[in-house]
Amino acid sequence: MWSTSGPGVSVPPGALDCWVFLSCLEVLQRIEGCCDRAQIDSNIAHTVGLWSYATEKLKSLGYLCGLVSEKGPNSEDLNRTVDLLAGLGAERPETANTAQSPYKKLKEALSSVEAFEKHYLDLSHATIEMYTSIGRIRSAKFVGKDLAEFYMRKKAPQKAEIYLQGALKNYLAEGWALPITHTRKQLAECQKHLGQIENYLQTSSLLASDCHLTEEERKHFCQEILDFASQPSDSPGHKIVLPMHSFAQLRDLHFDPSNAVVHVGGVLSIEITMYSQMPVPVHVEQIVVNVHFSIEKNSYRKTAEWLTKHKMANGIINFPPETAPFPVSQNSLPALELYEMFERSPSDNSLNTTGIICRNVHMLLRRQESSSSLEMPSGVALEEGPHVLRCSLVTLEPGANKITFRTQAKEPGTYTLRQLCASVGSVWFVLPHIYPIVQYDVYSQEPQLHVEPLADSLLAGIPQKVKFTVTTGHYTIKNGDSLQLSNAEAMLFLCPVESRAVVYSNTREQSSDAALRIQSSDKVTSISLPTAPAYHVIEFELEVLSLPSAPALGGESDMLGTPEPHRKHKDKQKTGHCMVTTDHKVSIDCPWSIYSTVIALTFSVPFRTTHALLSSGTRKYVQVCVENLSELDFQLSDSYLVDTRDSTDLQLVPLNTQSQQHIHSQQSLFFVWELTWTEEPPPPLHCRFSVGFSPASEEQLSVSLKPYTYEFQVENFFTLYNVKAEISPPSGMEYCRTGSLCSLEVLITRLSDLLEVDKDEALTESDEHFSTKLMYEVVDNSSNWAVCGKSCGVISMPVAAQATHRVHMEVMPLFAGYLPLPDVKLFKYLPHHSAHSSQLDADSWIENDSLSVDKHGDEPPDSSSLKSRGSMQSVCSGEHKGLPMPRLQALPAGQVFNSSSGTQVLVIPSQDDHVLEVSVT
Amino acid sequence: MAVCVAVIAKENYPLYIRSTPTENELKFHYMVHTSLDVVDEKISAMGKALVDQRELYLGLLYPTEDYKVYGYVTNSKVKFVMVVDSSNTALRDNEIRSMFRKLHNSYTDVMCNPFYNPGDRIQSRFVSLGRAFDNMVTSMMIQVC
Repeated sequence: MWSTSGPGVSVPPGALDCWVFLSCLEVLQRIEGCCDRAQIDSNIAHTVGLWSYATEKLKSLGYLCGLVSEKGPNSEDLNRTVDLLAGLGAERPETANTAQSPYKKLKEALSSVEAFEKHYLDLSHATIEMYTSIGRIRSAKFVGKDLAEFYMRKKAPQKAEIYLQGALKNYLAEGWALPITHTRKQLAECQKHLGQIENYLQTSSLLASDCHLTEEERKHFCQEILDFASQPSDSPGHKIVLPMHSFAQLRDLHFDPSNAVVHVGGVLSIEITMYSQMPVPVHVEQIVVNVHFSIEKNSYRKTAEWLTKHKMANGIINFPPETAPFPVSQNSLPALELYEMFERSPSDNSLNTTGIICRNVHMLLRRQESSSSLEMPSGVALEEGPHVLRCSLVTLEPGANKITFRTQAKEPGTYTLRQLCASVGSVWFVLPHIYPIVQYDVYSQEPQLHVEPLADSLLAGIPQKVKFTVTTGHYTIKNGDSLQLSNAEAMLFLCPVESRAVVYSNTREQSSDAALRIQSSDKVTSISLPTAPAYHVIEFELEVLSLPSAPALGGESDMLGTPEPHRKHKDKQKTGHCMVTTDHKVSIDCPWSIYSTVIALTFSVPFRTTHALLSSGTRKYVQVCVENLSELDFQLSDSYLVDTRDSTDLQLVPLNTQSQQHIHSQQSLFFVWELTWTEEPPPPLHCRFSVGFSPASEEQLSVSLKPYTYEFQVENFFTLYNVKAEISPPSGMEYCRTGSLCSLEVLITRLSDLLEVDKDEALTESDEHFSTKLMYEVVDNSSNWAVCGKSCGVISMPVAAQATHRVHMEVMPLFAGYLPLPDVKLFKYLPHHSAHSSQLDADSWIENDSLSVDKHGDEPPDSSSLKSRGSMQSVCSGEHKGLPMPRLQALPAGQVFNSSSGTQVLVIPSQDDHVLEVSVT
Repeated sequence: MAVCVAVIAKENYPLYIRSTPTENELKFHYMVHTSLDVVDEKISAMGKALVDQRELYLGLLYPTEDYKVYGYVTNSKVKFVMVVDSSNTALRDNEIRSMFRKLHNSYTDVMCNPFYNPGDRIQSRFVSLGRAFDNMVTSMMIQVC
């Protein structure tokens, strides 16, 4: 457009500038001459370039002619000015008469310093105004910077400052590094002249850390700060507070212990990495971290869990790089901190809602203006608090520096690191907020004792290991401190000779171990604790032995002392699978407390025992079944069954062959004794079963174990009746056939004369003959037989030895093969006037309100009482509810012997069966 | 032929700026920065034009005594600014246009690189990333000699 460097024409310096200046103004004047104001305004975008050009040229002419210097032009400058003015020649005639012309303007401007200043300022301001009016802010700032330079030359820094600040703000907002550095440098000079110490130091620190400057320049600015810091301050205690980020940056922080939890009195060290931005090593008098202390409301309760659960990743916290002041739109917004969130319903812990939450919404959503306060406000508040971490006399080398703070924890609570300050003389560099939030916790803990079994459950009767854990908390275990265990009667503490106690520090590092000294007396076991400092953990193991006890039947075994046996489940169905447990309470006196600690240990009895009376005619056998419910295998030995009454009439003959037997987990062992007596009828038997046992896996036990005992009694076991059933094929046939009636003959024989047990309501006396009423019933549970006609009936049985009653009935086999005979059951038939209603079971009333069956405890558990009752109801269905009615009483198992039980009858298929039933399952 | 090439982000901070090493770098920074005024003006002037009809090449932004400043804006408002020596009269508008197109293609390649975070400065020290772009700019700046 305007090529001012034409080839081959040599001109004195400044001549071209004069020409350009004049040309611009001429053009602009022409335009002004032919347009009205509105048109000019709307075309500023096109003319402002000329204005700016003219301003630039005038400026360079001013510099050339020495009009901008403080002292005014020297003689050389004046010579140059004269040359230029002469070179302009005479003004052209058409403008010579006007008051204002570009020619006159230039001539005037070059003629004196004051006139130049006036014209230059006029032009500059006009240009800035025009640029601003059309929104070319950047261009306006650029012209403003020229203006500031001019003012600086004229030693008017107060006027220059506003232009420099304006331009700098613009460059910072858009992140132009080189212009920022350049403008800052100018501003630093301006602030130095103005005596704005704080601002100057701040700008200097920014420049000292500016990588766009040369090393020399950075050192210069750094030295400026250090010089200021080292000179004695006129008012002692006066601090210059500057933002930290230009001086040094906090990179990371490392806690030791890494979970940032310490006990009262413990030592916490915090190591921080500071990245110094300064080009030279800086001696810092002290680095201080202000700490905010808050008492955690439930810190006492928290601590125990905290030690184990609350763990930071590795105790290292990384700080995001300090947000560089540019570019604003990119880095000033922190990264989203997103976390998963689960909300569970408090009742059943099921997932209610899930989502993602943003933890730093407040940072992201705040107004943009406030975050773009580009130059840190110099008024950074310096927090003063009672809690500080301090590190003195540190030299910060350029680059990364590690600084370690050590502190001894005093009060329990949460400590939050707030501010980081570094002081160099009277200059304080402050990081106002440490973010992300860094906290450490101090706790205090009461001493505690825990006793817990090593296994899932303790088994009674064998030595079991129990772990003692003493958490010392704030208590120091001195020499001679001991735990006093008051012995429970049925539980022993065994002390293996070589047992040792191990002392751990709070972080689970083993610090020492010592032999455990245990002294036992009748009442008290005393365990000497090894000396341990506060906030340590002592662990040791002891063995406990609880006496095995069987569930006492009839509540008459009182030899066990304090234990309270109970079943875990009331439901009888379930007791088959869980062991009977016994609780033992031990009271322990701890040296740190005047109160005793009571500890309950629950022992499970590993065995379940049942007994049964077996008959063979009149011979009687006692069977004891021991079932191992535990997970362990045991060795059983020396089984005894003794009569506790010691009656001479009764003798128990063992039929067990092996003296030692192995019983595996979940296995049962049976022991059988034959019962013999000399005098009839035999007295009731009260007996105690005892068997020695020891764990099968262990070789040798240090203590002799008490045998396992079980007490029970057997009554009314003398056989009174013999029931014999017989099925015979129809006459003329060799075998029974399906579908054809066979005869069933039941023979009920009384085996003894009148005994004491027969004396009840059913007994009737006539002519010195006694008889009793019995009811028989034929039941076939397996549906092999169809009973034709009456299946039950009441008979009057003479009470005399060998009295026999014969019942005949017809049955039809339904299947072919060897069929077991149907059961014949015998009941005592009691007349209705009996007053036994109080003994009735509630459930028998409900299930069977027209007839009730008395059950005795001796009744075998497999008795199908329900079924018999059901069939009974059909017999006596004629009875009315509520009326007095006869009752049935089952005879004790030992009193009836079914001599035909187990016999089978061969049934052959009927010949005319032409339907073959095939059932496929 | 070009003495300074700059790529400026949508938010007006420089993604890439390079000038002939012999000249005062700062001067070009100021020049490019100031030229953004005109770029903004031109963009807002053609803002109403349909997207497919929009001309990416903005033409001469403004002349100075020694240089001509040309501008180009992508659809994502990334600006390319090129400063050319005004003595180089051989350069026609079409050539400037094709240089910008080449620049745009190279920039697109950079953007396509999965290791490049949009918004980061394009630095030649990352081998595959900035090197190709840098080489292309060098070729544009050498051609003049």
